[in-house]
Amino acid sequence: MSEASLSNAFFTILKRDLTLAYRTRTEMVNPLLFFIIVISLFPLAVSPDPVVLRSLAPGVIWVAALLATLLSLDSMFRSDFDDGALEQMLLSVHPVSVLVLGKVLAHWLVTGIPLLLLAPLLAILMHMPSSSVPALMITLALGGPILSLVGAIGVALTVGLRRGGVLLSLLVLPLYIPVLIFAANAVSNAAAGLAIAGQLYFLGALLAMSLTLAPLATAAALRISLR
Amino acid sequence: MWLFYHKLGSPRYFYNLSGKLLPWFGWLTLLLILVGGYWGLVLAPPDYQQGDSYRIIYIHVPAAWMSLFVYIVMASAGAVGLIWKMKMADIVASCSAPLGAAFTFLALVTGSLWGKPMWGTYWVWDARLTSELILLFLYLGFIGLEAAIDDKRTAANACAVLALVGVVNIPIIHYSVEWWNTLHQGSTVTRLDKPAMDINMLIPLLLMWLGFMFYFGTSLFMRARNEVLHRERDTTWVKELVVE
Repeated sequence: MSEASLSNAFFTILKRDLTLAYRTRTEMVNPLLFFIIVISLFPLAVSPDPVVLRSLAPGVIWVAALLATLLSLDSMFRSDFDDGALEQMLLSVHPVSVLVLGKVLAHWLVTGIPLLLLAPLLAILMHMPSSSVPALMITLALGGPILSLVGAIGVALTVGLRRGGVLLSLLVLPLYIPVLIFAANAVSNAAAGLAIAGQLYFLGALLAMSLTLAPLATAAALRISLR
Repeated sequence: MWLFYHKLGSPRYFYNLSGKLLPWFGWLTLLLILVGGYWGLVLAPPDYQQGDSYRIIYIHVPAAWMSLFVYIVMASAGAVGLIWKMKMADIVASCSAPLGAAFTFLALVTGSLWGKPMWGTYWVWDARLTSELILLFLYLGFIGLEAAIDDKRTAANACAVLALVGVVNIPIIHYSVEWWNTLHQGSTVTRLDKPAMDINMLIPLLLMWLGFMFYFGTSLFMRARNEVLHRERDTTWVKELVVE
């Protein structure tokens, strides 16, 4: 067991989490349903007028994606914490940050990718011009992993707490603001026919930074939470 | 230097030292705020555009500066607590958080009170206002996390990680908000531009700022001393202190 190489450990974690997610499919679908329902509330609450919806769409879709991610975050470490698997991970010979990265990647594959695939459908519901759909998908592809990575820090800090859910949103949502700004702005700009390269570069930079720093912070937070 | 630093980590040493410094800090706070307040509110000339309503900056600007400064103090203390496992650093970090939140809140309230006569509205989604609001959320998250974890040591370390993540994020949030605002509404908002400030306005501002710094020091010491006594209540030196 201790002979397993680092990449081996990484892929084992990834495969394990994906298998677990597959076995609890219905649980994984809930954030997606939440995503769709929240967005469909807006035409009901604000106005079914296509012009209004079009101007709201980028922000609404992104806020809903953020909240859906937030809902799904709790499951990232919860079951492992409950059955003690998380402690075993901390005890393993491999750096915890790499194992964390495996879990975050699994989380993104299970929740981020479906959100990404649902986005065009919701864009139609919100009357978004088709020219902005690719921008929406690119921002979700770049921003989604950031949401999972940064969220993992918050989950790691609150995993030991009984009522961590609301606290988690208080900790994590302010940290999501830059992603929200750049992503929603890129989509609005694309709808208006403007250039979006600048926003995408920013999102890419944020992704690179959170990819390098967030697993370290998550690992440190896990060690503190499990003490 | 290192000796002093490590001594400072001892709650007992801190308690004695802060007890000696506290009166100085308290009186300096009072003096600076009285002088700065009188100079700023009465002696300083009125602004040629804003008349007398600009005088709120003597509260607003120091509070806004302090809101950032306290966050830095909190995060540095958190880092010290994580690295050297110093009890005092944990206490300083946890006592700073409510003070920082209060400064942030004060800056927001005074800012919006000033905004009403100047901009005609209590709130605009101006970049600075928005980042200050987000800073308040960060403080509240810190306080919430600390309250949620029962074990003091674990709470302090968890909060330190959060504060450090926040330190990395604050510049990003600040610049992204600024960028968002400039893209969205340009300069429709008449912001308080900084022309070469009259020296009679600048000096009271700096005095008020120093007063706020000493106020922070004073109340940090007071809170930290209480916290020290509470956390060390089972040690002999605290018991001797109580008996005295």
